[in-house]
Order: sequence, then structure tokens, then C-alpha cells
Amino acid sequence: MTNTLLSVRDLHVDFGAHAVIRGVNFDLSAGETVGLVGESGSGKSTLARAILRLLQPAQGSVEFLGLDLLKCPQAELRAQRRGLQVVFQDPLASLDPRMTVGETIAEPLKIFEPGLNAGARLRQVNAMLERVGLSPDMTGRYPHEFSGGQCQRIGIARAMILSPKLLICDEIVSSLDMSIQGQIVNLLLDLQRAAGMAVLFISHNLAVVRHLSHRVLVMYLGKLVEIAPCDALFASPIHPYTRALLAAVPRIAPHAAGAASPQAPGELSPPQAPPELAPAVLASAEVASAEVSPPRLMASGCAFRDRCPHALPVCETSNPALLEVAPGHWAACHRSHETLNPLSLRQ
Amino acid sequence: MTPTLSVERLRVRFSHRTGSIEAVDGVSLQVAPSECVGIVGESGSGKTQVFMAAMGLLAGNAQVSGSVRFEGDELLAVDAPTLNRVRGSRLTMIFQDPMTSLTPHLTIGTQLAEVMVAHLAMPWRDARSLAGRMLERVHVPEPKRRLGQYPHELSGGMRQRVMIAMSLLCEPSLVIADEPTTALDVTIQAQIIELLRAVRSEFGMALVLISHDLAVVAGLADRILVMYAGRVVENAIAGELFGHPRHPYTAELLKCIPDINGARLARLPTLAGQPPRPGEVREACPFAPRCPRAADRCRIERPELTGSSTSQVACHFPLTS
Repeated sequence: MTNTLLSVRDLHVDFGAHAVIRGVNFDLSAGETVGLVGESGSGKSTLARAILRLLQPAQGSVEFLGLDLLKCPQAELRAQRRGLQVVFQDPLASLDPRMTVGETIAEPLKIFEPGLNAGARLRQVNAMLERVGLSPDMTGRYPHEFSGGQCQRIGIARAMILSPKLLICDEIVSSLDMSIQGQIVNLLLDLQRAAGMAVLFISHNLAVVRHLSHRVLVMYLGKLVEIAPCDALFASPIHPYTRALLAAVPRIAPHAAGAASPQAPGELSPPQAPPELAPAVLASAEVASAEVSPPRLMASGCAFRDRCPHALPVCETSNPALLEVAPGHWAACHRSHETLNPLSLRQ
Repeated sequence: MTPTLSVERLRVRFSHRTGSIEAVDGVSLQVAPSECVGIVGESGSGKTQVFMAAMGLLAGNAQVSGSVRFEGDELLAVDAPTLNRVRGSRLTMIFQDPMTSLTPHLTIGTQLAEVMVAHLAMPWRDARSLAGRMLERVHVPEPKRRLGQYPHELSGGMRQRVMIAMSLLCEPSLVIADEPTTALDVTIQAQIIELLRAVRSEFGMALVLISHDLAVVAGLADRILVMYAGRVVENAIAGELFGHPRHPYTAELLKCIPDINGARLARLPTLAGQPPRPGEVREACPFAPRCPRAADRCRIERPELTGSSTSQVACHFPLTS
């Protein structure tokens, strides 16, 4: 990638004796949207917090515009955070209940542009409110007077007021109703088109991630197990964990939807999938074994092996490295090449 | 044939200092023996409160009117001992959060056995061994060891399996599952849906599946009721509902689901506006302000739910298939 904005290298985060992030590497380009998916406990939010240095990683570097955020002094970090904003999952809990909406959105301006007079600040706040689809006459109201979707718009307005270069969205649509989710996703698309910022979009909702992202990172127990351009990931997922995640997405089945269904059964399976890896089989093999052995970290080998229907003896002894198996498509699996070349998996 | 559950003109109103909120606004519905009925709606639509009323679990400030009959017996008017004979045995419920619906300081074995000791007057020893067998039937690995464990020692999916086992102990005729997979990861969710499907065919009970997620309900339900602002706005056979929705709200909601095979980086179809706040005056159709088909009549006159028992819609201008 040419215009690298964020570069995460060998990042490790420990909570006491628990390794929560175990060597994460990825780059994010200016203007790019990268989706980050994985189950709860996989370390998605911890990764976001480590990038923002809201917690101190044990090891590694997070370079934002060439500057290592983990090593730079506090004053420098503060200055950099102007370009690095975040929106959290719970829209109401992330707003100060005692500040009006106007004060909340104006606060970043007060901190980073102290020279701005009150009138100019108000104009910016009002313009921002309009951009996120709220009315400027709402500035005097308090968070409890708004619905969840509106609070999320306020959180986005607060993050966008400084025109950040990178916006981290941590499960921002998960707590919203289905009819409101689309409004927030569209808002994000519009803002990105206008402002050109990069987005790290963390979500467990694969359909939304697919809709928004240029590239997708798949995380399992603190490691990235697959990185791919969005289309490639959904069309031909390589890591068995990614395949299990995709197979588990509940769908309105074609037979239930009658003749008007936009989906034919064949479209549900990745086109390249060999018969024994079709989602139906995945659902019973990969997904079923998942619950029998909940994710746990093992001393050696591939962390996914006890949930994986394709594990080999080598998976117990050696930890697969994240390798580029197709242009821009990286996977950490000993059997990547067999998955890419389905015929060899049948033997 | 007597329906397993029959709700007639149910209203639930919550009073508070500054006024009252009509959470359920005249809901009538039936659940036939062995039928799986899905209830979908957004937060605040009243979908949970209908069944909390049936279970006698409403908050203290709730006022209830109407009728809820379970296997022909009225549940709303009965005293606690009568209600207690039914709920937990013939009529059971699975909640969203399996951690808070299990008692943290009792072992899984004690909590499961207690149900049979209380309802079937079974000796503890027999109850415990039956509990172990029930855990096996819901595919909990190492069921004997689980009996001695506490809820916090189990994963979320495993706890939900324990809750499902508990709901089945006395061979219920109706299980109400309220967002049973919402707190779970997508891979675990797929397994729990699969398990519910399996126990339904094995035990033959009726199942009410409450969810905000149409796709979750689609996998299990024979018939689906869509709720909006405290009312049922559409009632249809599952395939019909997804293929030919008749209420504009159902149709718009279906469009809002991001399609995992759809166009990328395009704008998602949305439903403009917000659901009405509970307590707002509802002389008119509550969906009218957000409805693409709304006409003057919709803003004055409230549409009633009309049609046959498997195809009902509350709309002045329903979509035709």
C-alpha cells in the first residue's frame, strides 16, 4: 500500500499472565476502511485500545504518520490524538450525561483549537450536527433526551469535529435496532466520502463489515489469522475459522423466502469451496466442534486446532505463520495451499 | 383443538410519576400445540412484555387487562400457587442472558434437580440423575462433571444449553425463548438455533421465539408475528412473510437487513425516522410517520388487525402479492 497512515508491528498486550494480543501486524492506508472481525474475547477492542494507547501494550509499535505512539511522550501523544478518534459501542454510556450535546461536540475544539472564539465554535458545532443528520436546535439538550441511534450520531459528531485522519469504530451499530443500523452505516459512508478519513471498523456483524470495508482482518485469540481484500475474503475464505464464522451467519433461507428470494442456495457457498467444505458441512463440523471446546490458548501450535475439523499433527507442534497465499490475501494456516487448491484437500 | 396459548386483547400499561406508558396495546395471538411462532420487533415494541404478562413476571407498576389462556386455563387472574404449578413445568421460559438467569451460588445439578423436586415431588437423588441425562440430551459434554459446576465455570453457549435443559425437564407444552441467542457469538448462535430445532422435533412442544433478528427467527419459525409500537401489525406463515410481506413495516424491515451477497460500498436501504416513543398518543397508525405508503386516512384512523388466523395485517393499504 502506498499511503500508509497506521502501521502496527509485533503488538503484544498482556492482562496479567494472559496474553490478549499476541503479535499483531497490519497496515492501514489513508482513506481506507478496514473491518476487524472475530468472536468476543478475540481481542478486537483491546487492539483498538492499544492503538489509541488507552492501555499500555507489552511490546511492539504503533506508528501513526511515522510516529510511534507507544513511545512518544504524553504531550506528543495528545497532539496526535487529534487525528485519531474513536466511537464506542454503547452510545449513551460514552456521552457525559451532565453535558449538553453542544458542549460535548464543542469540547474537542476547545482543547485543540483554544484560539477559536465561541461564535466560530458554535458555527462548527452546528454544521457538524447537520452533517450527522441532527438539527442544530438540539445543542442545548442532554444525552438522555435522545434515542440510541441519535446518541450514536452525537458520538460520531464529537469524533469527526476535528477532521481525524483515522476513525476507530468499535461495534458502533451493535446496540442499535435493525432499522437504525442502516442509517448509521450510511452516515459513516457519506462522512468518509466527504472527509476521506480512514476507518477501522470493529464489528461481529459480518454483513455490515462486508458492506463497508475495503479489507478485512480476522482475529482469533489475539492473533490475526486472515487478512484479505473484502471480496476475496467473502468469496474464498482460507482460514477454517473464517469459514466457520461465515457459515454461522444466520440467513433468511431461500426456501423460507419463497420464489421472490434474491438468493439461490448455490450462492451461499463460496464458489471455490470443495463439496466437503460447503457451509452446510461447516455448520455441522466446524461450528459444532467450536462449542465442545471453547477457545483457549495452548502452549504450542495453532490456537484454533481443537476447533478445527482439518487439523493435522503439524498443527499441534508448530504455530502457522501469517503468509501471503494470494496477492494481498494472507492466512495463518498450515493447509492454506490445500484450501486454495481444493482438489488436494480431498485426499 | 384448544390452542396451547391464547392471548386476547392484552394490554399492559406501566404507570409512573409523570404518567403512564402503554407497552402492549391490545394484542391477540394464538399458539397451536407443537407450533413454532416467531415474534419479531424492535426494542420497545412490546414483544417481551406480552410473554412476561403470560408468565406473571411483569414489574410491580404494571396494569394488565385482557386474557391469557394456557391450555384453556386463564393465567392473568390466578393466584401465585396456581401459577407456580404451571410455570417452570408446563410453561417455561429461556431468557437472553444465561448468566443472570442462573443462580450464581448453586451448582448446575442443584438448580436443575430443584425443578423436578418442586414440580414432580421427585427425590433429590433421582432428580439429579435425570438432570444429568437431560444435559446429555442437549449435547453438554461431560454432563456428570457439569452437575457439580457453578454457572461461572461454563461458557455463554454452555450456560444457554443448561437453560434449555432446565426448560425441558418437566416436558413442557410451551417454551418461550426470549432472544435466546442475542448475547452469544455468531458461531455459538448457530449451534443454539440448531439445538432448539432438534429439541423441538424430539420433545414436540410448542415454541415461541422472540427476537429482533429476522434471520434468527427465519431458521425456526412456522409462523411469524411482527410487532410495532405495542401491537401486532402482521401475522403470516414464515415463507409468506419473507416472500410477500404485506405490512409496509415488515417490507421495509426486510430491506434493511444487509445482504451478505448484496452490493458493497453502496448505501444501505434505511427506514427513516424513529419508532414512536412508548406513551405517545396513538389515535393514528403508529407507523404512518415512517411509512412510504401512508395516506391521510393513516394519520387519522388506526388500522385494526384483520384477516384469517394465519394471515393478518393491520394496515389500510397493505401490499398485495
